[in-house]
Amino acid sequence: MSIAYVPSETLANALGANEVAEALAARGHEVVRTGSRGLAWTEPMIEMDDVAYGPVTNIDELEAVRLGPVDALPGLAQQQRLIFGRCGGRDPFRYDAAALREWLKRPAADILADVEASGLRGRGGAGFPAHIKWRTVRDTPADKKYIVVNADEGDSGTFADRLIMEGDPFRLIEGMLIAGRATGADAGVVYLRSEYPLAAQTFEKAVAVAERMGLLQGFAIELFIGAGAYICGEETSLLESLEGKRGEVRAKPPVPAVAGLFGRPTLVHNVITLCAVPAILGMGGDAYAALGVGASTGTMTFQLAGNVRRGGLFELPFGLTARELIDDWGGGTLSGRPVGAAQVGGPLGAYLKGAELDAPLTYEALARLGAGVGHGGVVVFDDQVDFIEQARYAFAFCAHESCGKCTPCRIGAVRGKELVETLRASEQPAGELAIISDLCDVMEQASLCQMGGMTPIPVRSALSLPQGTQQ
Amino acid sequence: MPSDAPQIVRDICERWVGRIGAPISALREVAATLGAIEQAHMETVADVFNLSVAEVRGIVSFYSDLRTEAPGRRHIRLCQAEACQAVGARELTAAVQEKLGIALGETAADGSVSLEAVYCLGLCASGPSAMVDGRPLARATVRALFA
Repeated sequence: MSIAYVPSETLANALGANEVAEALAARGHEVVRTGSRGLAWTEPMIEMDDVAYGPVTNIDELEAVRLGPVDALPGLAQQQRLIFGRCGGRDPFRYDAAALREWLKRPAADILADVEASGLRGRGGAGFPAHIKWRTVRDTPADKKYIVVNADEGDSGTFADRLIMEGDPFRLIEGMLIAGRATGADAGVVYLRSEYPLAAQTFEKAVAVAERMGLLQGFAIELFIGAGAYICGEETSLLESLEGKRGEVRAKPPVPAVAGLFGRPTLVHNVITLCAVPAILGMGGDAYAALGVGASTGTMTFQLAGNVRRGGLFELPFGLTARELIDDWGGGTLSGRPVGAAQVGGPLGAYLKGAELDAPLTYEALARLGAGVGHGGVVVFDDQVDFIEQARYAFAFCAHESCGKCTPCRIGAVRGKELVETLRASEQPAGELAIISDLCDVMEQASLCQMGGMTPIPVRSALSLPQGTQQ
Repeated sequence: MPSDAPQIVRDICERWVGRIGAPISALREVAATLGAIEQAHMETVADVFNLSVAEVRGIVSFYSDLRTEAPGRRHIRLCQAEACQAVGARELTAAVQEKLGIALGETAADGSVSLEAVYCLGLCASGPSAMVDGRPLARATVRALFA
């Protein structure tokens, strides 16, 4: 009887994958639990004899949900899955370490040269060139250096970190070990949010396998589970939290690459940034840089969510627009109504509307709109979106999540929320909007971190206010 | 609350000693094990990790998982973030509040149920999302929540 590949991934499980796996096993199938292919509308999606079926609710009616051969699946076949290539359709714990062993033999300077040539930029939100951080950590003398992985994936509309940690945890371990080799760090810590218990389990299991395979070679990997604080996705807040303290942000400089965890040079990267590194070493930095557009090189793991028919994760070279992503990949809105806006890059990202939806989702093109790519999340709203409410929510979320250390964020978010609340009933909305715009200026220019500094982005875009002076 | 709670707390703390971010991890486990963190627990954590009680209170007040009040017997968390807003999270929340007679952040007077906001469960392509007693629920409806 054929082997049934069934995802064990939080979304698929929430939609019944565990029950499907049990039913298939009871029927005599060998069941292999896998990562997800990321096509959320097909979950639970199972694979047998290289054919996909989904969403599977009743294993007696598989033919009714036959999707076709896996390697020709619409929405999957045209992706360029450099990072997610091994995710789905296979046992994530059966790991062939041959490539990794070769990479770890390469001289550090050689690895750094590839990372620099790739043009890789941070996928967590800031988009900072990765190689500069790597060199800084390498060149800063210290008795101890760390690799810290930011898996505190709190942005609404994002789930790439979770999908890779649940579906191909070795990809992250590879990235950490290579980064350790290149920077001279001998310890790595993953900061994972507590909302992702399955990712914690799969990652810890993979670390144990890697240890048994002798891959760690003295590199210590530790997993830390967060305790519920969005701000801990900000790198200095995250470091404070790892030191066992309140997650209050630190003033920069010094940057973490010089003085980070426990004051030591620390390479802080988002999960996906590090997961791109094995792909870069595999194909060569130049080949990676040939993908994408301008200084937005390589692939981005776009995550399409919200009011969309076919949401999920699509790994594609930079260059496509939000509208292409929503219409061509996502099949338009779930409600069937016209697109009203797409919020790109999480709660601190802009609401793109109208012609802005036709701008390429690149660092440069979005910066010109006062927006950013962030972690690659694209949240679709239909034309019923209430922009005043979305602006109010942006301030309210900032007020809820602010660490409280700096005044513009702590007080500004509260005042901003109150101002937006007066807007609807106001007889002088132009006056209110001018005050909101001023407040946004202050938050942008004087906040310690991007929580206060970028909350004006969704506010301004939702209310169609002019762009800020400083991003 | 078991009467040997302080010893449980001390045992939990000692298992975390030496780990990164240990006081937070210990407090998270105390909250998960005992339902809520009490003043006496904070004193024990302070003692084990050589912190002041004020520092421990500071940590507890910062992180939302470090609860100081136990949730109801049934614990419903509804995502309030943008991807879920775009597919009716506000309407779902209003309907659930109406059905339970409590607002977000409240526990029913008889302790039967609490309702809490959560900001993203990472199920954003299939919202609105919820978590009921730790079990994630995608495409949540009032009917599915109370099935």
